[in-house]
Amino acid sequence: MSAIQPSVAQDRSKQASAPVGGSAPNAVGSVGAPIEYILHLADNAVVLGQRNAEWCGHGPILEEDIAMGNVSLDYIGQARLLYQLAATRMGGDATEDKLAYFRDETQFRNYTLLELPHNGPLVGYAVSDRDYATTVVRNFLYGALMVLVWDALEKSPDADLAAIAAKSLKEARYHLHHAADWLVRFGDGTDESHQRAQAAVDHLFPYTEEFWTPSVAEDAAVAAGAGVDVCSLRAAWDAIVNETLSEATLVRPQVRGYVPEGKHGRHSEHLGYLLGEMQGLARAHPGATW
Amino acid sequence: MSTVVEQVWASLAHLTDPEIPVVTLRELGILRDVTETPDGVEVVITPTYTGCPAMGQIEDDVRGALDEAGIAARVITRLAPAWTTDWISDEAKEKLRVYGIAPPHTTRPDVSVVKFMRHRPAPDAVACPRCGSIHTVVSSQFGSTACKALYKCLDCQEPFDYFKPY
Ligand SMILES: [Zn+2]
Repeated sequence: MSAIQPSVAQDRSKQASAPVGGSAPNAVGSVGAPIEYILHLADNAVVLGQRNAEWCGHGPILEEDIAMGNVSLDYIGQARLLYQLAATRMGGDATEDKLAYFRDETQFRNYTLLELPHNGPLVGYAVSDRDYATTVVRNFLYGALMVLVWDALEKSPDADLAAIAAKSLKEARYHLHHAADWLVRFGDGTDESHQRAQAAVDHLFPYTEEFWTPSVAEDAAVAAGAGVDVCSLRAAWDAIVNETLSEATLVRPQVRGYVPEGKHGRHSEHLGYLLGEMQGLARAHPGATW
Repeated sequence: MSTVVEQVWASLAHLTDPEIPVVTLRELGILRDVTETPDGVEVVITPTYTGCPAMGQIEDDVRGALDEAGIAARVITRLAPAWTTDWISDEAKEKLRVYGIAPPHTTRPDVSVVKFMRHRPAPDAVACPRCGSIHTVVSSQFGSTACKALYKCLDCQEPFDYFKPY
């Protein structure tokens, strides 16, 4: 990772004056989202980008292999812009690479949903074939959230974040279309594809409960006037999800009880393995470039 | 336009997209602006897709062309307003078609996200860049790069890329 600076950071002197973690003005007449909030968005993108990239060279069909590689590139591109923004606001020696490669598991603020492997419920050290229905269902549940989040953040008075949101929304719409199309194909497909799609929905749906319990960072972003109240998106998310599940002849499971806490830094055992792979090279050769 | 600004535009006029060498950065709308500021000349470029691997190459190409012309200018990447395929000129769209890539349709006016999903409109007919037939089907929403979808012509049977509206 290197080089592209967030637009807005055109004039670096303005950026550098934004205090760490603060919601102080980052540009004239504008407000800044808290750094922890930007990291939450960035970590979501990088973790799902890394996870989906596991299909590279292993896709169920060539077209989907390429599609998942491209979706991952979008996510990693979004993560880079967000990490660059966070690093600029943190100042000092913060860089996008340090934020992506040199923070540990408990410092990551991504949803637990995004770190789970591409298969049903298994302990972290178990080996299993990847299941594309799991990939598609996760991309759908998260994609339906992110079109709404970016749509709202595009109007954020934090001009830097709004600029990233405007680009990400264009990409998120294609991600959601892609996932929704495959969800319908799987659900309303053969007996086996239907059964596997329903199993993936049953497995992953409970993890979406985390979307609707705001973290301190999310609350702070709303208080600063720069974030989005996630609970206000729930009805629209329900509409997208219910409509598509119904078209896919799949049943939405009843969810209650456990609420995952990945965005608070309390993760499943799977994130460590993912980060081990993602961060290993950068940590073995600190400062390496190519 | 001042002389130096004109010189910068002229020195960058030949730069093309690394992945689609028939269209220039200016025609694609990636090369946004050249301005004279009290601190010197600024060249503004804007990324296409956030993860587009060509952007690093594009920035290097712009710097290289400026160096070659002996022009000291700052290259700035700006995100807003977000790049859109609507900025691609009609001439460039025709060049894409001749090159074998179906050019993007105009983006749809913004509709609410929920409406966008629930009433998924039939995609605009995509004409085969080879034979012009609109008897085409999408094979994959993501083609050789994120910005393109893979289509197939049912008349001439050739596969082709469609530059997606963004
Ligand atoms: Zn044809």
